[in-house]
Amino acid sequence: MSLAQTEKYYLPQPSLWPIIGSVALLLMAVGGTMTMREIDNGGWILFAGLAILFVMMFGWFRDVIRDSEAGRYNQQVDASFRWSMSWFIFSEVMFFAAFFGALFYTRVLSVPWLADAETGSLLWPGFQATWPTAGPGLTEGVDALAGVSPHEFTPMGAWGIPAINTLLLLTSGVTVTWAHWGLKKNRRTQLVAGLALTVALGAVFLALQVYEYHHAYTEMGLTLGAGVYGATFFMLTGFHGFHVLVGTTMLIVMLLRSIAGHFTPDHHFAFEAVSWYWHFVDVVWVLLFILVYWMI
Amino acid sequence: MSDAAHAHEAHGHHAQPTGIMRWLTTTNHKDIGTLYLFFSLIMLFAAGSMALMIRAELFQPGMQLTHPDFFNQLTTMHGLIMIFGVIMPAFSGFANWQVPLMLGAPDMAFPRMNNWAFWILPVAGILLMVSFLLPGGAVAGGWTMYPPLFIQGGISYDLTILAVHIMGLSSIMGSINIITTILNMRAPGLTLMKMPLFCWTWLITAYLLIATMPVLAGAVTMLLTDRNFGTHFFNAAGGGDPVMFQHIFWFFAHPEVYILILPAFGIVSQIIPTFARKPLFGYASMVYATASIAILSFIVWAHHMFTVGMPVAGQLFFMFSTMLIAVPTGVKVFNWVATMWRGSLTFETPMLFAIAFVCLFTIGGFSGLVLAIAPVDIQLHDTYYVVAHFHYVLVSGALFSIFAGIYYWLPKWTGHMYDETLGKWHFWLSVIGMNIVFFPMHFLGLAGMPRRIPDYALQFTEFNQIATVGAFIFGFSQLIFLAVVLKAIRGGARASARVWEGAEGLEWTVPSPAPYHTFEVAPVLK
Amino acid sequence: MKSIGQAGTGALALGASQAVLADYAYNLQTPASQVAADVFQLHNLIMLVCLGIFVVVFGAMFYSLIKHRKSVGHKAAHFHENTTVEIIWTVIPFVILVGMAYPAAKVVIDMKDTSDPDMTVKITGYQWKWGYDYLNDGISFTSSLSTPRAQIEGKAAKGEHYLLEVDEPMVVPVGKRVRLLITANDVIHSWWVPALGAKQDAIPGFIRDSWFKADKIGTYRGQCVELCGKDHGFMPIVVEVVSEDDYRAWVAQKQGAAQAAAADGARAFEVAELVERGEKVYLANCAACHQADGRGLPGAFPAISGSPVATGPLAGHIEVVLNGRPGTAMAAFGGQLSDADIAAVVTYQRNAWNNKMGDLAQPAEIAAARGGAAEAAAPAAQ
Ligand code: HEA
Ligand code: HEA
Ligand code: HEC
Ligand code: CUA
Ligand SMILES: [Cu+2]
Repeated sequence: MSLAQTEKYYLPQPSLWPIIGSVALLLMAVGGTMTMREIDNGGWILFAGLAILFVMMFGWFRDVIRDSEAGRYNQQVDASFRWSMSWFIFSEVMFFAAFFGALFYTRVLSVPWLADAETGSLLWPGFQATWPTAGPGLTEGVDALAGVSPHEFTPMGAWGIPAINTLLLLTSGVTVTWAHWGLKKNRRTQLVAGLALTVALGAVFLALQVYEYHHAYTEMGLTLGAGVYGATFFMLTGFHGFHVLVGTTMLIVMLLRSIAGHFTPDHHFAFEAVSWYWHFVDVVWVLLFILVYWMI
Repeated sequence: MSDAAHAHEAHGHHAQPTGIMRWLTTTNHKDIGTLYLFFSLIMLFAAGSMALMIRAELFQPGMQLTHPDFFNQLTTMHGLIMIFGVIMPAFSGFANWQVPLMLGAPDMAFPRMNNWAFWILPVAGILLMVSFLLPGGAVAGGWTMYPPLFIQGGISYDLTILAVHIMGLSSIMGSINIITTILNMRAPGLTLMKMPLFCWTWLITAYLLIATMPVLAGAVTMLLTDRNFGTHFFNAAGGGDPVMFQHIFWFFAHPEVYILILPAFGIVSQIIPTFARKPLFGYASMVYATASIAILSFIVWAHHMFTVGMPVAGQLFFMFSTMLIAVPTGVKVFNWVATMWRGSLTFETPMLFAIAFVCLFTIGGFSGLVLAIAPVDIQLHDTYYVVAHFHYVLVSGALFSIFAGIYYWLPKWTGHMYDETLGKWHFWLSVIGMNIVFFPMHFLGLAGMPRRIPDYALQFTEFNQIATVGAFIFGFSQLIFLAVVLKAIRGGARASARVWEGAEGLEWTVPSPAPYHTFEVAPVLK
Repeated sequence: MKSIGQAGTGALALGASQAVLADYAYNLQTPASQVAADVFQLHNLIMLVCLGIFVVVFGAMFYSLIKHRKSVGHKAAHFHENTTVEIIWTVIPFVILVGMAYPAAKVVIDMKDTSDPDMTVKITGYQWKWGYDYLNDGISFTSSLSTPRAQIEGKAAKGEHYLLEVDEPMVVPVGKRVRLLITANDVIHSWWVPALGAKQDAIPGFIRDSWFKADKIGTYRGQCVELCGKDHGFMPIVVEVVSEDDYRAWVAQKQGAAQAAAADGARAFEVAELVERGEKVYLANCAACHQADGRGLPGAFPAISGSPVATGPLAGHIEVVLNGRPGTAMAAFGGQLSDADIAAVVTYQRNAWNNKMGDLAQPAEIAAARGGAAEAAAPAAQ
């Protein structure tokens, strides 16, 4: 690393990745819409878009990793990364806030309103404002996937799989921190072992969640269509599950990079970013566990 | 702008791609700023043409040129594109050009992500525009996208939702970049409280964007699942509530309107001191006022919903909190006036637009205050009074500040002075035209004309005719603007580094046109 | 007025408008209720305050623009930051705002107080008409635009109340507190009569209330003010405020008509009779989307002429009309139309245009198709 380079802010050369990413997004949006609207071949276009997006992410991150390993990122660039990751996580917090807001609004305000005053007596006679609920009007028809009417669902209790999942994620927060200590003290085995454990915990979490969803759909009559309870349940847990998936993928990359000898005890922001993200996903889960599973 | 770029390739940098590839792959903040600005200009003409079609239909009672459904498509797309395709990209363009120049930074913090933040915008633009050609036409549910109407629509509604996701992604990436640049890349010695106000307003705007764009994304995601995946977020039968969408939407969209005005405040706060040849009266209080507006903007959203039937305590709370915003905004207006006071004023085109901004934005602010009074709003909600209000703050506010900024910095960007005579023509026609379009709309609203209607009762005829005539004057004077910009890009009197006699700040220390790479070595501040 | 319509230039329009403006309203409509009058006052007060501030602030600015120009040789002063001034211009606006907030809050509280009504009317927004249920008197009817399409399309001269006239106005007695229970059937609408000072969004699945008390006998007109789809601009509201006696007479007449309609549901019809009646129902309720010629609007609204549903089994056809197609603009008409009307419109659709089915639906079949649960919901229309 020459001195001249450390003084300057690193400015990357023109790059093709962003425009490739844009093409991917276009294909994904078009294909996704076609799939939702049941137009032929939408699935293929969506798939092509996703494939291109993965290629783009792979290529882009490869460039970033190369730049990093070549020592082009000085202290100032490192600080930029820190700021940007913090703001990114803040944006994610707000994304979740929208869904938690929806849960709060329905539970505290709109469901009681549905049973209140004239709304209750004239429009929805007999409706009781309890939680969980599939609402006052979905009493007829049968959900194709669940095989029962939307209001005949069983709510998801907290003390089975969700409690196990809570333990898994909390433990994974510990293992990733342990791995970080290993990295800072340059104990590579501890780093790799910690990361591997974290990845494993994340994967088990996801597997259990898939099982839980399957169970909900086939045994409990709990589907996306099960009124506002089903909608908020799946939106919140599903969106969180997607974040666990992303987090686990990033942890896998960190694991592979650690095995390949990347990172030094004082230069490893990628690792830290992923662990911040992981802790964030962890905290969201705790909130979910309390507000979605437990307090029903 | 382009010749400037070519001249500076010999800087020891690798060979740059040329032609279209230069623009597709660029990581240079000036190129990206230019892209944003051109995108915004094209979209201005697209959305403006829709406005002219709206106005043409409304010239007389009766249906003449459009069908009711097509009219609603025009209104919706006009609103969506003006906000997400014109004003926001234009401000991002200014930020890209000016923030690094003003901070003495070599570029934005993340040049590659900067490119992507721009290049997904055209993707969203395509998704929106293409829907005009699909069966069922474009979205017609209003830019506010309220369910259940928005749930009823066809394929273009899904495309629009995804376009909104993409525009949100773009804004978030752009904002993270700007915030990081401002917080981390200032030249040594340039403390936060010394940095130009434009940077301050963008810092706060970017914060608003990061805080609210994801909320919008959440709201439209729920729309998407209600439309396609059988959820019942906004359906009372399933225990949901259509009004819940409005709460989430306005939690985003009220801060959004300040996103559309804070950078404008920043631009005007740069321009007025320059042409008054006098420092800004209260720099610190301007910063605090901007921050207060941003903070307050999170607790006023339900003033768009006074008629949904919320409890009386809610109405009072949102009325009071909304009124409060007049205080920090007033501080800004008074500051601008005090800056002009006993200055040594000259009236070049940027200054003219800035003065018109202060005056006309205040009219829009006052009508906003009238709307903030809940009982009055209950009468005026969803009438042309609201249309008048928001065009005063958006056209003579946001758009005029963009004109002002373009005239102000165009010499720095192109190296050529723009044509001052044409600029003056553009200004006067715009101010006059703008007032003829939008002032009568106050009377229409008071008299009871609802918005988003393709046809109206006879007593609304005269003011609508005046408005339509004004719209064509205003619209066609924008062709002058186009001419001025293109002319200045292609040539004209050479601009000096300082350009304006009273101009202060780092951007005026580099030559005009600004070299492709500036401040590769951080400047030293006195 | 017409001459302005022809004027092509801004100058002409501006000049000519001066004369027209003389008899034009610049303010809210003349109030016909106490609430509307309060709002009128409040608006005037706030406008005046704003105007005052505007004159002061921009008086100062324009003074400066004229006196402190460089071209008249003014040299720039260099003052900035003055805490006293800054505190003053923060505190004064705040005090002014408090002065505005106080009277405004009083009106808010008054508007929101819907207690002690003399009568209650439930109002339901449909795409695109209004339904009224007089809960005290047991009257129900729907009210839709009565301006002929020819006027809208410019094929006939426009009448005085162009777009602000309906087939069945809402009738209320003068000086009575009328409580409104407002809801909607499909999308959000908003019920507004400016002169009465009442505006309330109609939200599907929820009832929100409002009230008014009309001071003067007369006809008051308003419009739907929430974008509700294609014909949002074409769903006016007319409220006739009449004397107590006239109101009683109107109630009696309406109740008689309702009985006659109920009798219809019990008898059997001929095809021709149903087709004739069905055409009226079709034009009033369905033509907005499926068009008078039955061809629909491709991409948005399917054609009925040649539709597999209207030329398929009768039961399926009745099913669609009764229950609608959830998630599309096709509403459930079971709650809006009587058995006889649904039988008529279905029969009409099966026999009009290219559909030459020759079969018919009887009101009794509709009643059967409704099943037990839904029949209570069907109002006896017209
Ligand atoms: C740039 C965008 C912008 C800005 C800056 C504002 C600024 C304000 N707006 Fe506006 N608004 C919109 C864009 C904007 N608005 C849009 C797009 C809509 C419609 C959305 C839709 O429905 O489609 C809307 C709608 C809207 C409504 C809802 C109307 C309705 O649908 O019923 C309300 C109600 O309270 C409102 C209020 C205000 C207020 C109080 C301000 C304040 O910030 C204004 C403050 C400024 C001043 C008051 C002037 C200067 C102050 C002084 C000189 C000090 C002294 C003054 C006093 C003491 C009075 N706005
Ligand atoms: C920044 C935002 C912005 C801007 C700049 C404008 C600009 C204009 N707006 Fe718009 N408007 C909105 C934001 C904006 N608007 C929003 C958010 C809505 C609400 C939407 C909703 O209800 O959902 C709205 C709604 C709205 C309505 C109400 C429609 C309705 O309720 O049905 C009307 C009606 O007159 C209108 C008019 C105009 C006009 C005449 C202009 C003029 O300033 C336009 C000037 C015209 C041009 C700049 C174009 C010039 C073009 C040419 C000269 C032709 C040449 C063509 C080519 C070269 C291709 N607007
Ligand atoms: C608000 C617009 C609207 C109105 C008013 C309306 N419809 Fe429809 N109608 C639709 C739409 C949209 C569909 C298509 C639904 C779908 O996609 O499945 C439809 C479908 C139908 C169909 C099925 C046609 C087919 O081929 O699938 C019939 C029959 C029908 N409507 C009858 C009526 C009758 C009878 C009325 C009046 C009493 C009426 N409609 C009023 C919008 C409307
Ligand atoms: Cu009903 Cu607008
Ligand atoms: Cu607002």
